[in-house]
Amino acid sequence: MASNQHKFALPEALSAWRQALCGNPALRQDDIDELEDHLLSEMARLQQLGLAEDEAFFVAERRMGTDHQLDQQYQQVHSGRLWRNSVATEQSRASESRFTCYLAFICALLAALAIKLPAAFGITLTDENAGFYLRHASLFSFPFIAVLFIAKRQLSLRYTLLAVATVVFASLIIDVYPFADGGSTQQLTALHLPLLLWLVLGVFYCGERWRDVAGRMDFIRFSGEYLIYYVLIALGGMVLVASTMATFSMIGLDAEWLVQRWVVPCGAIGATVIAAYLVEAKQLALENIAPVLARIFTPLFALLLLSFLVTLLATGNAFDLNRELLIALDLLLVVVLGLLMYSVSARDGNQQATLFDRLQWVLVLSALLVDVLALLAISSRIAELGWTPNRIAALGENIVLLLSLGGYAWHYGQFIRGKAGFYPLEQWQTRWLPIYAVWFAIVVAVFPCLFDFV
Amino acid sequence: MNLSKDLMAASSAPLILAILADGESYGYEIVQRVAELSGGKLHWTDGMMYPLLHRLEKQGYLAAVWRVAETGRKRKYYALTDAGKGVISEQQKQWQVVNNALNNAWRSTDNMIGTGGSNDGFQPA
Repeated sequence: MASNQHKFALPEALSAWRQALCGNPALRQDDIDELEDHLLSEMARLQQLGLAEDEAFFVAERRMGTDHQLDQQYQQVHSGRLWRNSVATEQSRASESRFTCYLAFICALLAALAIKLPAAFGITLTDENAGFYLRHASLFSFPFIAVLFIAKRQLSLRYTLLAVATVVFASLIIDVYPFADGGSTQQLTALHLPLLLWLVLGVFYCGERWRDVAGRMDFIRFSGEYLIYYVLIALGGMVLVASTMATFSMIGLDAEWLVQRWVVPCGAIGATVIAAYLVEAKQLALENIAPVLARIFTPLFALLLLSFLVTLLATGNAFDLNRELLIALDLLLVVVLGLLMYSVSARDGNQQATLFDRLQWVLVLSALLVDVLALLAISSRIAELGWTPNRIAALGENIVLLLSLGGYAWHYGQFIRGKAGFYPLEQWQTRWLPIYAVWFAIVVAVFPCLFDFV
Repeated sequence: MNLSKDLMAASSAPLILAILADGESYGYEIVQRVAELSGGKLHWTDGMMYPLLHRLEKQGYLAAVWRVAETGRKRKYYALTDAGKGVISEQQKQWQVVNNALNNAWRSTDNMIGTGGSNDGFQPA
């Protein structure tokens, strides 16, 4: 009897099986190796029971579970890997990505036009209106980035309503509150509104996952990379502006009005939308740079904070910080917190503690000390000179930072000493996002009323 | 026996941690051990256990190392960390509470409907 059944070859069968698993971005080579070892162990057992090689393979493969089941389970555990691989190579994604590309372009264009809208009503972009434009800048880009995410993620109507409500709420505060022009509550509101709007954008970025630790971590990663993209675009923009001015002046024309009225404002607003699109579309380009930058600047910032502390203590000026220095310190602490958040989100949660984690811990501890100093200084200023909106805002900011950094310090300590995994730290970090948002909202909306809009 | 999805999700992590309390092990051995401990009644879809192991590793309850096994293939071995050891006794208490409560509840139902069957262990419906 001639056998027309083709002969079973284990290496081929195995490689086909591996190939199928490779399609899933949540599975790494290591994971597939681990599964393969399991498969071969099970085959060996089945063959001992008397099954032929091919029978053993098929039974063992089946017991492993379907690709689809495996995909889901691995994705739940390793969402960070999905982030890295979300630029899918599948054909079906091609048309979708072209759609997002056009959409991003249109949104950016609309944002750029929107910033020219006030000029049509007589509020031209001149020095006396600079305040108006600074206060409203985030409102010109927020709706368009929100639209980009809502359309791309196909979010439900609730999200659209949230976006509309946010815009209405923000413009009511900026334009209807009877601010004293140039007063400190107006400045505080203008400073905190973009931060609040950014965190609200996080809800659209995450979509249904906005409550999840993994979703929020993705948003923090997104924020870090967004910043880098924006800076890169801005640098390119400066070169463009300089060349424009230079070439026009060669032929005896002054292009300054064109640059000042059109290129810079429209470009700056349009780029906020384009950067958001690029982070998602061209992930691979940056995912290697951003963590490296974070690693370079973590030790440098730690060094800066430590030398600052040493200088203050050595010169005995620790409790006599003046106003400008306090402002600079708070800004520095906010930058450090941002760096910290990004580094935590860019880290592979399964890695053991490394030297970098220890450096990070040093950074957190020194930031904590600086924060305590700032807190003491601001309290003594309040005790001596009384309440002002700026001082209360600084006090609140320092208290929020103290609690948040304290948690980072504690969780990093536990992690480095091997008492806990990295996950509690991620949980801590993501739990604080809404708290920051609430604080920003208080400064934006409640402070002006508390202090009579001065 | 196939456990319901929820029960499976709740019970597999404590089971893995308890098995690793006897010393480090690897995925395939853990699956074998689960079958052995349950008298062959519990069957996991083999591949499902690995994401769970990775999650426990991420949470800091397990530490993993790659080594070369006696088969000559590389193999990932898992061992409990201090945090993992700490969580086992807590889980044990919780499961005992659930186990006792269920046993008492089923005993009274049995009495009421008069089957008189005894439940000595945890028997999911």
